Amino acid sequence: MTLSTATIEADPTVPMIRLRRDFEATPEQLFRAHTDPQLFAKWVGPDGMTTAVDRWDATTGGCWRYVATRDGMDFGFHGCFHEVRPDRIVQTFTWEGEPDGVALETITFEDLGDGRTRLHAQSLCDSFEGRDAMLRSGMEVGMEQGYAKLDALLRTGDV
Amino acid sequence: MADPLTHVFAALADPTRRDLVARLADGDATVGQLADPYEVSVQAISKHLKVLEQAGLVSRAAPGHRSPVHLEADVLDLMTAWVERYRRRAEARYRRLDAVLAEMKEERR
Repeated sequence: MTLSTATIEADPTVPMIRLRRDFEATPEQLFRAHTDPQLFAKWVGPDGMTTAVDRWDATTGGCWRYVATRDGMDFGFHGCFHEVRPDRIVQTFTWEGEPDGVALETITFEDLGDGRTRLHAQSLCDSFEGRDAMLRSGMEVGMEQGYAKLDALLRTGDV
Repeated sequence: MADPLTHVFAALADPTRRDLVARLADGDATVGQLADPYEVSVQAISKHLKVLEQAGLVSRAAPGHRSPVHLEADVLDLMTAWVERYRRRAEARYRRLDAVLAEMKEERR
């Protein structure tokens, strides 16, 4: 089996990010992992963060809010489910650190047969600046990991 | 429009400018050479090049139409690196999702 990894496309003509990833699961299982709050909190991440779901009504017209916590810092996110159906979830997405910004996210589950599903996730931001901020978000995490690695190298005397 | 990435994305938001970048990837060219295949004026191409120049995507050794335009590949790489970093974070998230999906299958048995 070849390992499937996510592909990305940052559209230069509209402030959009598109992701695509294949899963060894049925569309129904992926739908559950996106709409069951306990399951969703387990994977939404990022690594090293705990996610607490605050509000969750995964139905058309329902709302959601969750808070990701790391080292005592809270990052809140909220939005509304515009449409929830077995093959497609459309929702708004706001990071509360940038409360005026809102993205429209569309997730579709394409049945590939044999228990495999292709996930398409697109985020349409309200400006190029907003999209670029989204691309940048979480960069600090990578930098911290980089510094930690450097620290370790310095301790062992490799540098 | 403070950070360089925003400038780069905005500069590449135009199909003509994307095409100019693609052609400059093959080598330096003058404004006249770049304008040749288009049904627009040299002035229009100059305007596009100015936007690319302000974004740091292209440079010219000297002002004027004779001086060849050079693609700054490092700046393009910066954009690619940022997009790649976002992709890797998404991939990490999807690997956690893989694990959750595997657990769901276990529970069914």
